[in-house]
Amino acid sequence: MKKLAVLLIALTLCSAMLIGCSEDTSEKVYVYNWGEYMDPDVRDQFEEETGIKVVYDEFQTNEEMYPKIKENAVQYDVVCPSDYMIQKMIEDDLLAEIDFSKVPNLSNIDQTYLDSSKSFDAANKYSVPYCWGTVGILYNKTMVDEPIDSWASLFDEKYSGNILMIDSVRDAYAIALKYLGYNINSTDKAQIEEATKLLQSQYPLVQAYVVDQVRDKMIGGEAALGVIYSGEAIYTQRENPDLEYVVPKEGSNVWIDGWVIPKNCKNKENAEAFINFMCRPDIALKNFEYITYSTPNKAAREMITDEDIKNSTVAFPEQSVLERCTTFSYLGSELEAFYNDEWNKVKSGTN
Amino acid sequence: MNDTKPKLNPSSDSGLMLPHTNRIKLLSFPYIIWMAGFIIIPLVMILFYGLTNKENSFTLENLAAIAEPINLQALGLALLLSIISTVICLILSYPLSIILNNIKLKSNSLIIFIIILPMWMNFLLRTIAWQNILEKSGTLNTLLTFLHLPTINIINTPAAIILGMVYNYLPFMILPIYNVLIKIDQDVINAARDLGANTLQTFTKIIFPLSLPGVISGITMVFVPSLTTFAISSILGGSKILLMGNVIEQQFTLGNWHAGSGLSLVLMIFVLLCMAILSKYDKEAEGSNIW
Repeated sequence: MKKLAVLLIALTLCSAMLIGCSEDTSEKVYVYNWGEYMDPDVRDQFEEETGIKVVYDEFQTNEEMYPKIKENAVQYDVVCPSDYMIQKMIEDDLLAEIDFSKVPNLSNIDQTYLDSSKSFDAANKYSVPYCWGTVGILYNKTMVDEPIDSWASLFDEKYSGNILMIDSVRDAYAIALKYLGYNINSTDKAQIEEATKLLQSQYPLVQAYVVDQVRDKMIGGEAALGVIYSGEAIYTQRENPDLEYVVPKEGSNVWIDGWVIPKNCKNKENAEAFINFMCRPDIALKNFEYITYSTPNKAAREMITDEDIKNSTVAFPEQSVLERCTTFSYLGSELEAFYNDEWNKVKSGTN
Repeated sequence: MNDTKPKLNPSSDSGLMLPHTNRIKLLSFPYIIWMAGFIIIPLVMILFYGLTNKENSFTLENLAAIAEPINLQALGLALLLSIISTVICLILSYPLSIILNNIKLKSNSLIIFIIILPMWMNFLLRTIAWQNILEKSGTLNTLLTFLHLPTINIINTPAAIILGMVYNYLPFMILPIYNVLIKIDQDVINAARDLGANTLQTFTKIIFPLSLPGVISGITMVFVPSLTTFAISSILGGSKILLMGNVIEQQFTLGNWHAGSGLSLVLMIFVLLCMAILSKYDKEAEGSNIW
C-alpha cells in the first residue's frame, strides 16, 4: 500500500518536473506572495528593468503555503511567509541563506525591524522584512457609545451580534491570551484551555468569523467591532470615515512578513535580485501606497508625501504601543495541533 | 480496468460483443486516463493518508476521529441540512418540470438555456452575492425597511446555508427530471387514460414510476454536493456553522492531511451508502444505472 502510494506520488512528481524542465527557467523568478500584497506595476517594472520574467502566485494563509514548499510540489524562488512560519521553515531546514552581498538595498531597512526579526530568524540570515503591522480592533464610531481601548469589548454582551471575530487560530488565541494577561506564545495547556473557555463564551456574541471579509463588512456598517490587521485599517478608513482603529491597551500581536528563499529554488540569483528590488525606496513606497501595509523601509517612509499617512499611528504606531505587542514564535507541531483542536472546539459552538 | 467497471445490464453487454469490440474499447481510453489521473490516484492517496499517521504507520485513528463530539455534530448537521435541501429541491423541481413539460415549447433548448443561465457565473460569486443580499444591512433588508416591513435575519444561520444549497443545486434537480419527463411516450399516457385511469392514477402508476430515474439522479446530484460542501456553509454561515466539509477543509489547511483524509473516507462511506440505496430504487424502476 505504502509503496504504491509512494510510487504514485513519485510518478506525479516526475511528470510535474518533466513539464517544468521543458521550459527554460534561467531568466525567470517564481514568486509566491500573499493575496493583494503587491502593486502589479512593480512586477512589470522589475521585468522591464532586469529582463527577468516574474511568475507570480498568491496564497491566503501561511498554512496553505507551507505544504507546497515542504512537499516540493511547486518550486518557488521567493516566498513571503510571516514570522512564526519563517521560524518553522528554518527549523524544518526548508530555507536557503540569503547572500546579502547581492541585496545592497537592505541598508534601506530600518534596523529596528531587523532586530525584531531576530525573534524568529536569530542571525538575520534567512529573511528580509517586507511588511509589518499589528492586530487590533476596527470599530464604527457611530455604533459604539464609549471609547474602545480594550479587548474586553469583544467579549461584552452589549455588542452581541455586532462582533466580527478573526477566523485564524493563532490570531484568535493571541487576543484571548493577551486579554487574560498571558503570553501570546503560551505553551501552558491550562492557559490555552482557559483561553478556549473565553472564546467559547464569545461564540454566541460573534456575528461571523472572517479574515478578508472583515474589510467590506466593516465598510458596509455590518458590525460595530471587527478584528483586523492594521494594514487593512487605513484602506477601510478611506472608504468609511466612521471607522477607527485601535491597538488595545492589553497589547497585541505585532507581525512581520519577510521574503525568504526556499532551499529547492532554481533561480537563487534572480530571487536575490527580486528581494533587492523590493527593498528599493521608490518600489517600497509604491507598494505601500497600493497595499497600505506598513513598510519597514525607512527611506521609503521619508518619501511619503501625504503627511497624514506619514504620521499615521495606524501605519506607524508609537514605540509605547509596540512595546505592548509581541511577535509570534513557532511552538512546535504538538502544540500547534493542540491549538487547532481547541480552536475547532470553539468554532463548533459546543461547550 | 474491467473489474472496476460498473455492472452493465445484459442488453448493452451483448452490444459490446460485436466484432468491433476492441476498436470501440479504444475510444474509452481518454476517459480511462482521465479517471486514473484525477479520480483513482487521488482516491488511493486519500486512502493512504487516511489510514496512516504522521510516521506513515497504519492506524485507524483518523477514521475513529469521527466519533469525537465535534465531528459527529458536524456530520449530523451536514446530513440534516443536505437532506432538507434535497427535499426542498425535489418539491420545487418536480411540479416545475411537469409544468415545463406541459407547456410543450417548440424548442426545449430555451428552457435548458434559462435554467443553465445562472451557471455561466461562478458559483462562489453567486454565493457571495447571496451573502450581500441577506446581510443585516444588505439589499433585501434595505428593501424591506424601505417598505416598512420587518427585516429578515437569516444570514449566518443554517437557514441561509439551506437557501444557498437549494439555490446552487436546483438546476441539477430540474434538468434530469425534465429530461425524463419529455421522453415519456404520450401514447403510454393515452393508453392509461383509455383503460380508465384518472389523472391521479396516471400520475402514480405511469408518470411517476417512469420519471424515477430522473428523480434518482437529481437526488444524487443535489444530495452529494450538499453533503460535502464547505464553501456555501462558510460564506453564508459566517464560519460559525461547521459542516463536515468545513471540518475536513480545516484539517487540510491546518496541515493535518491524515486526519482530513480519514474524515473524508468516512464521508465517502455516507455518499456511497446514499448512492447504493438510490441505485436499488433505480433498478426497481428499470431505469439506466447511474453508476
